[in-house]
Formats: sequence, structure tokens, C-alpha cells
Amino acid sequence: MLEEFANREYEHGFVTDVEQESFPPGLDEDVVRAISAKKNEPEWLTQWRLEAFRHWQTMSEPDWPKVEYDPIDYQAISYFAAPKKKIASLDEIDPEILKTYKKLGIPLDEQKALAGVAVDAVFDSVSVATTYKEKLADVGIIFCSFSEAVQDHPDLVRKYLGSVVPYPDNFFAALNAAVFSDGSFVYIPKGVRCPMELSTYFRINASNTGQFERTLIVADEGAVVSYLEGCTAPQRDENQLHAAVVELVALDNAQIKYSTVQNWYPGDKETGAGGIFNFVTKRGICGKNAKISWTQVETGSAITWKYPSVILKGDDSVGEFYSVALTAGRQQADTGTKMVHLGKHTHSTIISKGISAGRGQNTYRGLVKVAKRAENARNFSQCDSMLIGSDCGAHTFPTIEIHNSSAQMEHEATTSKIGEDQIFYCNQRGLSTEDAVSMIVNGFCKEVFKELPMEFAVEAQKLLGVSLEGSVG
Amino acid sequence: MLEINNLHVSIEGKEILKGIDLSVKAGEVHAIMGPNGSGKSTLASVLAGREEYDVTAGEIRFFENDLLDMDAEIRAREGLFLAFQYPMEIPGVGNTYFLRAALNAIREHKGESQLDAFDFLQVVREKMKLVQLDESLLKRAVNEGFSGGEKKRNEIFHMAVLEPRLAILDETDSGLDIDALRIVSEGVNSLRSPDRAFVVITHYQRLLDHIVPDFVHVLKDGQIIRSGGRELALELESQGYERLEPETSQAS
Repeated sequence: MLEEFANREYEHGFVTDVEQESFPPGLDEDVVRAISAKKNEPEWLTQWRLEAFRHWQTMSEPDWPKVEYDPIDYQAISYFAAPKKKIASLDEIDPEILKTYKKLGIPLDEQKALAGVAVDAVFDSVSVATTYKEKLADVGIIFCSFSEAVQDHPDLVRKYLGSVVPYPDNFFAALNAAVFSDGSFVYIPKGVRCPMELSTYFRINASNTGQFERTLIVADEGAVVSYLEGCTAPQRDENQLHAAVVELVALDNAQIKYSTVQNWYPGDKETGAGGIFNFVTKRGICGKNAKISWTQVETGSAITWKYPSVILKGDDSVGEFYSVALTAGRQQADTGTKMVHLGKHTHSTIISKGISAGRGQNTYRGLVKVAKRAENARNFSQCDSMLIGSDCGAHTFPTIEIHNSSAQMEHEATTSKIGEDQIFYCNQRGLSTEDAVSMIVNGFCKEVFKELPMEFAVEAQKLLGVSLEGSVG
Repeated sequence: MLEINNLHVSIEGKEILKGIDLSVKAGEVHAIMGPNGSGKSTLASVLAGREEYDVTAGEIRFFENDLLDMDAEIRAREGLFLAFQYPMEIPGVGNTYFLRAALNAIREHKGESQLDAFDFLQVVREKMKLVQLDESLLKRAVNEGFSGGEKKRNEIFHMAVLEPRLAILDETDSGLDIDALRIVSEGVNSLRSPDRAFVVITHYQRLLDHIVPDFVHVLKDGQIIRSGGRELALELESQGYERLEPETSQAS
């Protein structure tokens, strides 16, 4: 019964026909310089990129994640693509691009009217529109594309860029530092509570174009901000590399909540061909009594390699990680978090829900580290896996490193299988198998969904249902 | 409403039911009794539409339909309800949410309007009295952490809300203490009506002290060896299944 499910085309698999200005494939110092020049960057940033590039050349791709893919030819990727027209306002946006957003269900012109969500839409590498900017500026909040921030707020960028994820951190972070195209920049001034959820929709569009987003969010002392990131991508035949870096800085008493719904093209159901490679470095650092909360719903991409982490540097700081990762078809995910307790009385919570269907492989990899001076650190970890069908896999690699005996650690882990029995029970009450699976999976993820902002929670539930259709086996 | 003719059922090549005939009319309560392994639960599962069983011969009519042609959810929407011997837990899915989705699936099938959360709550408040269901069980996830008795009561509560035309109770009395048994039975009795039929599957006759059947059938080794009225259950109680033999001589 479970094997019979209608196949469904990837909903967002379409290509927008906009003239692209692209670099030819290949990567060397000239390309790095050219990207920097194209964006009219100051010399210090060009130099930073070059240092990162030189360092990257000495590194090798990590081979420890539990994922398999053919080697990536970094010289076959084009490192810059931008829509040709310069855009000043929404009215000037290429109608083709607007149409793309409409298909994705994010009509920008309507978004403006939607309550409380400001959108910084990223179309390929260049931000095409930023809304609500004026309103935010009134309270001193800076919310703009990374490129703009480099031009308009160079001191802030220089102070915090690479402060949480330095370029030598890992292979993909170094690559990103060298060639990052654009992304978002947020600064919330001291004591300001951001009056709305900030939101960015990423989208990969040009064929063969790696996308290297860079996001930097700084919440000054006592500031509070909630940031939403949502992604979909059109269908392509060749794998597309996405190596983003997100840095969060929560100064003393600040709070940052970062929510992601990721729905990139997962690749062909049978072969895995054409899906996105999502190799992301996300990390935040907490000052005293600060809090950083990561919530992610990862349903897309052929390969996900992602560990949103928190460095609990300040005393009494709090780190949270709530994750739902779904792998269906041939998808592979190796995801988890690192909670590094440096300050005293620091707390962290990890709730991870992995769902594997089809021939999906789902790995939780986590590290909880308590440093020597981190008195009274506490961690609660819960890692649950759900298997749908018998050809998928779930793996858990939790690591705990304790250097202070006052630490309190709790770890719970479960693995369950959606059984024919559960589905039959639902069927017997009149529910279709499709609804039953969706209901059971959503129930499994409830603890994470309740952490999502309302509008995202609804979207995430739908996304899980759609992602499982045709892959329940 | 239910006509079973010469039903033969196997699982993994082993024949479990060997030619069952049963006719159930609206308003009737039939008890099916039998020792462990006689095929009682197999019969319930086949009626409800579990797929791992092979029906090798025979037919089942449910009203004007061929029951064996229908998927399990369609049978449910057509008004066939099974109270499970072992109700499943569905973590994270609220009991009320689940039941409203089920009721609305059935209503949609019948061309009726969907009940919103408010209207549904009215239905729930009324029905939960029938089985003295504690309000906290509504808010909790379906059967999660319920005691054995709570699970059985919840099954009868589901039945009360979904209002089936044919209800099959599979060993609903197993694991119940005497008070719970009484509550569950009263719930069932209050749902008896001229339009509704019950098939009560049980190992013990004690349930039939509370839910008084119109007909009793004894299932042994995959066949109904005796059928009779309520008194047959009492006979079984005194004699046990072992000594009961097919009624070859007294067949009419």
C-alpha cells in the first residue's frame, strides 16, 4: 500500500528567461578580483577575498560527512551572474522576475501589503528589491543587501565580517569568502526590538552558477530580531553548488531568532541527478545573557551539509537548535549543530527530527562542548529519527566533550518507523494514506514547528506533505 | 447490511478462515466467540480492509457494494468502523484534530458540509459523556500514553463521533477492569439503534452480560461451528470451547 503514491513534479521547477551577465566558468585570483571590482569594493575587502582564496587553495573538500557525490569541478562553475538591469524600485523589476516570484507564491508587490513581513529578495546574486527599508530605517535598523552594506556601512561590515566564521574555518566557508556574491545584512541598534519579521527569499536561477550567499546579522546590546529565510530553486539537469555563510552576532542581552525553510530542488527521484548541493556554514556568537535560536526545516537539496551552531561566549547565554530534516528520493542530509559552552551558566537545547523516506539518507551530527571555565553549563538534546519504508537510512553521531564537571547533559534519542499499522488505523477512520502520512509526520515534527513563526509553520507543514508525495515507499 | 458468503482467507499461504457465512441486518448485535487462534481477529481485519490477507474465495457485500473492492478508507467512509484490539498511538497529533479530520473525510464522502472546529467541539462535548471520557484525553495526542482502558474508551468515543452503520468491536473487553467494562458497554448500548449493527468479537462471555447480543456464533479453526441466541454464550461459559462440537445433528 505504501509503495503506491503518485509522482509529482517539483513545483518550483521552472526557469526565468532574463538576460544574464555572467563570468565564464573558472576560478583564479583574477576572477576573485573581478568579482570585487564588479561590486566596487574597498581594497581591504578585495584583499580579504584574496587571502581567503589563497587559503582555500591549500584546503581539501571535507570527506567526513556521510554523503556521497561525484567530485565537483570548481573550474567548471561560473562565479558571477547578475540580472542586467539596474533596479531602483519595485516598478522597474523585470516582469519575468516578478512572474517567477508569483509562481513561487511570493508576489513581492503583495508582500509589501502583507502584515509585518519585509522582504529582501535575492534573485541569483544581486538583490533586486528591498521593501520596508524606510520603515525600518526610522528605528535605526539597517536591512539591506550585503553589497549595499559594503558601500554604505563599511565600518560595521569590516568589524563583523568573518568574526564568527573566519575564512579558514572550513573548505566551503573559505570558498564563500573568496567569491561571495551577495546576501543580506542586518544591524539592529542597541535596545531596539525589530518591529517585524525580516525575511529573505533566496533563489538559484542561472544554470551552472554556483551561489555564494553571505549573510551577516548583528544585534547590538539588548536588541531583538527574528529573521526568516526561505528558499526554492528551479529545476536543472546539472548539480548546482550552494555554499553560503551566515554569521550571527548577538551582543550582550540581545536575541536573534533565525528560521529557515529550505526547499531547493532535490534532484531526480530515481537518480538524484540535478539537485542542489547545499554546503552551508551557519554560526552565531552570544554575548552575556544573549540568546540565539536556530530553527530549520530542510526538505530540499540533493545534499545538505549544514550545522547551524552557537558559541555561548557570554555568561548566562542561551543557544537553541530546532531542526526538521527530510530526505526522500535520493536525498542525503548530514546536518546537526554545535553548541560550544564557554561562559558560565550557559544553556543549550537541541531538538532534531530526521525523516527518511524513499532511498533518503539522514544523518544527525552534533557536538556539545563545555569548556573548562564554563561552570554550570546545561544541555538538553533530543534526536529523533523516523523511517518511512525500508530502503532509507537514519544515522546519529552525537559528540559530547565536557571539560567542567559541573555540566549537566541530557540526551534522548529515538528511532521510529511509520508502520502499516499506524496508516491502517488512520485509513480505518476514513483518512486517505496520503493524509495519514502527512499527519503522522507533522505530529512527529510538532516540537520544532511550534518554534517557527506562524506563517512559516503553515508553509512548513504543507512542504512536508508535498515533499513526501511520490516518495513514500 | 453485511453478507459474508463462503469466505476463505489466507496469510502467507496459511489458510485462516475456511468458509465463513454470516448475515448481519440493521439493528442486530452479533457476537463472535472463539478460542485464541480461531480466526476472530482475522475476520475483523479482513472486514476493515487490511491488505496483508489474501481472500482466496468467497464474497462480502456491504449494503449494495462489494466490500472487497473497496479500500480501507472507503469502507470507513461508507460507515464501517473497527474498534481496534490494540489502538495505535500517533504522537504529536491531537485526538480532537485527528477525529475532526476523520469525521470531515466521512462527511465529504457523503456530500455533507465540513464541520469547523467550533461545531465539532459541540459534537465532541456531547459524545464524550457517553464513555465518560476525561477531557484531558481530547487534548493529548491520539492514544499516546493512554492506559489500556483509556485506549478502549477512546475507541468507543471515536465510534460515537463517527456514527458508523456497522461497528466491529475486536476484543474490546480485553484488558478492561470491571468498571471500565461497564462504562464501555454502556457507551456501546447507548449507540444501539435500528439503523446500526454491531459485530462483537470476544473471547469471554462476560462482555455479553453487558452488551446483550441477538445472535452468537462460535468460530473454531476458521469455521463457524455453531450459531444460536444469547444462550449459546452461556453454554460456552460452562462447557468451554474444547468440548463444543459442530452442530451436525441439530442443524435445521
